[in-house]
Amino acid sequence: MQDLGINVIFEGSNLLRLLIGLWVTMRIAIVAIAISVVLGIAFGIVMTAKNRWIQWIARLYLESIRIIPILVWLFIFYFGITKVLHIHLGAEVVSVLVFSLWGIAEMGDIVRGAITSLPVHQRASGRALGLTDLQIYRYIIIPQAVRRLIPAAINLATRMIKTTSLVVLIGVVEVLKVGQQIIEVSILKTPSASFWVYACIFALYFIICYPISLWSKKLELKWQNQ
Amino acid sequence: MIQKTQEKLLEIMNLKKQYDDVETLKDISLDVHKGEVVVVLGPSGCGKSTLLRCLNGLEEIQGGQIKLNGEVINADKTKWHLIRQKIGMVFQSYDLFPHMSIIENILLGPTKAQGRDKTEVLAQAEKLLTRVGLLDKKDAYPRQLSGGQKQRVAIVRALCMNPEIMLFDEVTASLDPEMVREVLDVMLELAKQGMTMVIVTHEMAFAKAVADRIVFIDQGQIAEIAKPQDFFNAPTTERAKRFLNIFKFNEESER
Repeated sequence: MQDLGINVIFEGSNLLRLLIGLWVTMRIAIVAIAISVVLGIAFGIVMTAKNRWIQWIARLYLESIRIIPILVWLFIFYFGITKVLHIHLGAEVVSVLVFSLWGIAEMGDIVRGAITSLPVHQRASGRALGLTDLQIYRYIIIPQAVRRLIPAAINLATRMIKTTSLVVLIGVVEVLKVGQQIIEVSILKTPSASFWVYACIFALYFIICYPISLWSKKLELKWQNQ
Repeated sequence: MIQKTQEKLLEIMNLKKQYDDVETLKDISLDVHKGEVVVVLGPSGCGKSTLLRCLNGLEEIQGGQIKLNGEVINADKTKWHLIRQKIGMVFQSYDLFPHMSIIENILLGPTKAQGRDKTEVLAQAEKLLTRVGLLDKKDAYPRQLSGGQKQRVAIVRALCMNPEIMLFDEVTASLDPEMVREVLDVMLELAKQGMTMVIVTHEMAFAKAVADRIVFIDQGQIAEIAKPQDFFNAPTTERAKRFLNIFKFNEESER
């Protein structure tokens, strides 16, 4: 009787290797997300400035990130820019760089949207009370903006996690690549290996992204009731 | 009415305000004395709300001076947040901060902008809330309150800053008629206690009852200043007469 396909996952150190690959994926995603949150909030506040030059440059940045596919950005940086500037950047570094640029742009837009959706009078009320602009941001605008942007921000985070699978194409050995290696070895013995390996990877991504989604819903409900 | 002093609290001199190319306020001069209640009346678009917003620096003026207690306050843009602690303002759109409870809304200004001790402010806040009859709502959130209740809280919030003068910008205009009265009563009581107030309103009966002086503004200029009885019964200018006619319904068919 042929091996039941699912055994592939538990053979040897396959599962361990998949988990290590997953860790590489998560490492890139977590660092990129952390950078995006911090710099994205700053960028978002900058985007609310009235200066026309700032608006123009910010829009240019945001639209280029959106129009050009992330994969192309990865190639541009990994194969293109490193050659032009003669610096050697590892594939993982390039991945974090590109994903951070993406995250900062999107996060900035989310923050800008949350801030501008607040009624203008809130700021006037705060000023009429004698609060400084910094105090108004800290006590009135930011707390409310944070509540509004959490769903979109968490959605961005899960999208970033999923898109990290692209980095396999610039040579990073992450979970998808490990999966392919396992399949190549086992495919002759176990024809259904590809199904089970990819099913396992599917489950791993699900286990990571679904709790984050649930947490986001919980936060939304909690703040709606306030 | 308690005896009013002749001491000038707020002096407005030759104030000019322009929006793009339109002169919204052309040369406004007015003195408000300590303890006085000035009601500003006028047709829509005449500049009354703009005038109030200029007085506490929410709008920039292009000419003229504003003095509070003899000191010029419109010279240094960076000092406005300190001046605004002395000038309380209540808006038409209440604008309580929705993510904070009522008591937190009231405590924010005094504790953060003025750096006062929280227990002292809390005592004052509770006393004021009791006076307007809303102490039981102190831990509620703004969305749980009616329009009239929110506006009364907005007044308490401004009063807790211990301002020297209170500005009211059509505060009852977006309220249902039943709730208008409860807010006007609070303002009447405030006036009786000697607070200096500048009120923009469309409530004519209220204006007649609360004002020490009526200032009638039309097309960006002060057209008439008079005591309420004189203004409402015998206005001297044509524009004032036309304005007051809007509020009269003639039962006899004389035209």
